[in-house]
Amino acid sequence: MKTKKIILSGIGLIGLSLLFSCGNNEISSDSMSKDAASKVYVEPGKYDEFYMFTSGGFSGQVGVYGLPSGRLFKTIPVFSVDAEKGYGFSEETKPLLNTSHGFIPWGDSHHPALSKTDGNADGRWLFINENNTPRIARIDLKTFKTVEVIEIPNSSGNHPSPYPTENTEYLVAGTRFSSPLFGETDVPISSYKEKFQGTISLISVDKKSGRLDVASQILVPPFDFDKNRAGKGASRDWSFFTCYNTEKSNTMKEANASQNDKDFILAVNWKKAEEYVKSGKGKKVASKYCHNVYDEKTHTATSTVKNSTVLLDPKDCPGLVYFMPCPKSPHGVDVSPDGKYIVASGKLAALIPVFSYDKMMSAIQNKKFDGNIDGIPVLQYNEVIAGEVEKPGLGPLHTEFDDKGYAYTSMFLSSEIVKWKLGSWKVVDRIPVHYSIGHLLVPGGDSKNPYGKYVIALNKITKDRYLPTGPELTQSAQLIDISGEKMKMLLDFPTIGEPHYAQAIKADVLMNNSTKIFKLEDNKHPYAVKSEKETKVVRNGNIVHVYISTIRSHFAPDNIEGIKVGDVVYWHVTNLEQDWDVPHGFAVKGALNSELLVMPGETSTLKWEPKEPGVYPMYCTDFCSALHQEMQGYVRVSPANANVPLTWSLNNVSNKK
Amino acid sequence: MKKQIEKLIFLSFVGLLILGISSCNSGNKAEEQNTENQEEPQTEEVESDPMKNKGIGPVSSITLEALNADLAKKGGELFTNKCSACHALDKRVVGPPLDRLTERRTPEWIMNMILNPEQMVKEDPIAKELLGEYLAPMANQSLTQDESRAILEYFRENDSK
Repeated sequence: MKTKKIILSGIGLIGLSLLFSCGNNEISSDSMSKDAASKVYVEPGKYDEFYMFTSGGFSGQVGVYGLPSGRLFKTIPVFSVDAEKGYGFSEETKPLLNTSHGFIPWGDSHHPALSKTDGNADGRWLFINENNTPRIARIDLKTFKTVEVIEIPNSSGNHPSPYPTENTEYLVAGTRFSSPLFGETDVPISSYKEKFQGTISLISVDKKSGRLDVASQILVPPFDFDKNRAGKGASRDWSFFTCYNTEKSNTMKEANASQNDKDFILAVNWKKAEEYVKSGKGKKVASKYCHNVYDEKTHTATSTVKNSTVLLDPKDCPGLVYFMPCPKSPHGVDVSPDGKYIVASGKLAALIPVFSYDKMMSAIQNKKFDGNIDGIPVLQYNEVIAGEVEKPGLGPLHTEFDDKGYAYTSMFLSSEIVKWKLGSWKVVDRIPVHYSIGHLLVPGGDSKNPYGKYVIALNKITKDRYLPTGPELTQSAQLIDISGEKMKMLLDFPTIGEPHYAQAIKADVLMNNSTKIFKLEDNKHPYAVKSEKETKVVRNGNIVHVYISTIRSHFAPDNIEGIKVGDVVYWHVTNLEQDWDVPHGFAVKGALNSELLVMPGETSTLKWEPKEPGVYPMYCTDFCSALHQEMQGYVRVSPANANVPLTWSLNNVSNKK
Repeated sequence: MKKQIEKLIFLSFVGLLILGISSCNSGNKAEEQNTENQEEPQTEEVESDPMKNKGIGPVSSITLEALNADLAKKGGELFTNKCSACHALDKRVVGPPLDRLTERRTPEWIMNMILNPEQMVKEDPIAKELLGEYLAPMANQSLTQDESRAILEYFRENDSK
C-alpha cells in the first residue's frame, strides 16, 4: 500500500522534473497558455518593445510601463506632489503646482497624449490634462520630467483634453462642467440655462521649445463636453468633441442629462479659429491663470500669472463650429487612421454611429442644417452619417484602430472589447475583459500608422482578479494579442490610479534619446557648486543658504555649526556625480516637507526651519555605494540668542576663506 | 526489507529529478569554468608588473612627449572639479593618494581608470584589488578622452617636481 503511494509520488516528481527541467512543457489553464506566456516574457536583462504611458487618474501622475511585459518602470509626478522625489516639496518644483488659486498639491490626471508629427507619435513630449483645476502638463520624454504646466482659464472640468492636432500645432481642450464664465458669476445655480457657458480652448505648442500658450477660446453652449480628438489627413484642420447634457440640466444629471435621444458631436475648425484671431474677430477678455515652466539649465521652475485671453463667439465667426446629432450621451470620439471617419460612442445607445468627414463637408457646403444652437449650425444626421455598427454590446466608450482596417471599441457595461470592420461596420470578434473597461489602446492606434499588434484594456474594476487588499482594490490593464483573426488574452497586470487613457510608443524612438546625466558645466542654478571647493554656508539675517555637494559617499560640508532657532535654512544640494543612475538623496531631521532626490549634475533645494536647539543628523536616502550608510553629517542648532559662530567643514577641514 | 525497497525507489526518483534539472544547465557550467581558467594566468602576469598593465578601456596606446604646461593646467582645473571630492595628491581621502602615480601606473591604465571605471573595477586585477581596499568604487565622471589626457598631464607635472 505504502509502496504504491511512494511510486505515485515518484511519478509525480518525474512529472514535475519534466515540467521544470527545460521549460518546454505546457502549463495550461483557461486564461493563459504557454503560448501566451512566451509572448509576454521578456528575458531578464532584455528590453520591452514598447513604452506605455498610463494616466495615473486620481493619483494625478503618469505611469511608465513596458509592453509586452507589463512591468512598471517609473511614476512621473505631474499634478500631485511626490515626497519620494521631492516633487512639489523642493523649492525648484513648487512653482510647477502653482495655480490662480494658489499652490495645489493634488490633481486628477486623465489623458496622456504623445506629441505628433504628421499624425504619428514623434517621441518629443507627452501631454496630459487635469480635470479639477483645468490644466495641461508637458512632460519631456528625454528626462521623463514634468517641464511645464499651464492653467486653462474660463474652464471647469478640463476633461476633453489635451489631444493634439496632426502636427501638434495645438492641444485642444473643452469644458465638461459649464459655469457662469463671462459677466456676472455670482448667480443662482437654477439660472444654468441662461447664465452658464462652456468654452473650447486652443493651446498652441511652440514647434521648437514645446512652450504652451492659450491661443484662443471659443464660446459654446452650456453642454457637458466630454471627449475629443483631432482630425488627420483630410480632416486635419478639425477637432471633434462629444457632448451630453444637451438638456442643460444642473441637477440629478444621472437622469436629467439622459433625456434626449440625440446629443451632439461638435466639429471645431481650428484653422478657421487661427484666421479669425489673426483678423481681429476675437475679443480680449480678462482671465487670470498661471503658466509654469521648468528650466533644465537652472533646474528650477518659475510661475507666471497671465491676465487675458482671446474669446471667439461663433455668432461672429461663420464656419468655425458645427453640431452633428449623435445618439445618446456620447462619450468617446475617435478618428480613423485615414482621417475619413469619426466614430462616436453613445454610452447609452444601442449602436455605434460612424460619421463621414467627406459627407460632413458636403453637408456644410449644401447647408443641410436643422436650425442652429446659439449661432452654431446643426447638420442633419442622415447627411453626415457613414454607417452604424449594430448591436456592438452595452455601453460603448472608446475606439482605437489597427493597421488592417479594423476598429476596437471598449464596452463598459458588458465588459468586453468588440472588433469591427471599417466600411462594412460589421462586428467580427469580441473578447471579455475583467472588468468594466474604460479606455483601451492599440500602440499607435490613434495615429495615422497604428502598429496593430496589441490592444490593451484599461479596466476600472478588478473585484476577484487579484489577491484582495482590503476594501480598495487595484485597477488593471489587460494585454490582448490582435495579430491574428481572433483576439487572444495574454496578460493581466495592475496599474496605479484609475487607468484613464494610455499611449504607447516603440521603445527605440525614445530609449536612445534618454538623458543619462545633467552636465555640471551646464548647471546654471544660482546656488549650484561645481566642486567641493565652492561649498559654503552664507547667512543673510535669519536666512541661511547652505551650498552643499554630494559625491559617493559624503556631503561637503558635513559638519555645520552656527545655525540658530528661528533661522530659515535653505539646503541647496548639488550632486557632483556625472555618472548614470547615481542620484543622491538628502534628508535632515525635523524637516516638515520631504526628502530631496538629486540627479547627477542637478541642484535641488530643501527649506528647513529647526524649532529646537540640538545637533541634527542629515544623510543620504538613496543607496549610493558600499559606504552609503556612512554618507551622513551633522548640523548644530543653537538658541536664537547664542553666539556660536557660523562654521562648516569636511574631514575637519574648512574651506572658509 | 519492504522499507528498503521503498527507500531505493524513492531515492532513484530523486536522482532522476536532479538529473533532469541539471542536464539542461551542464552546457553553461562548462563554459563558465573555461573562462575562469583563461583569466587566471593573465591575472598573475599583470600583477607582477603594474608598469606593463595598460588596463581595460578605450585607451590602448599613448605616446608621451615633453611636458605640456598648458595641458597640465587644464588637467589641474578638471582635477579640482571632477576628482578632488574623493582624491588628494598627498593623502588618502575616499580614494587613494595620487602622488607619484605615473611612477606606479602606465599612462593608459590611468586614463582607462578615469574613462572606464565600471569595467576596470570588475576585470582589471589592480583596480579589483583597490576596490577591495577602498570599498568606494571609482566614480565615472563622464569625462572625455581629451579631458582624461589633460588630467594625466597634471599628474605628470606633479610627479616631475
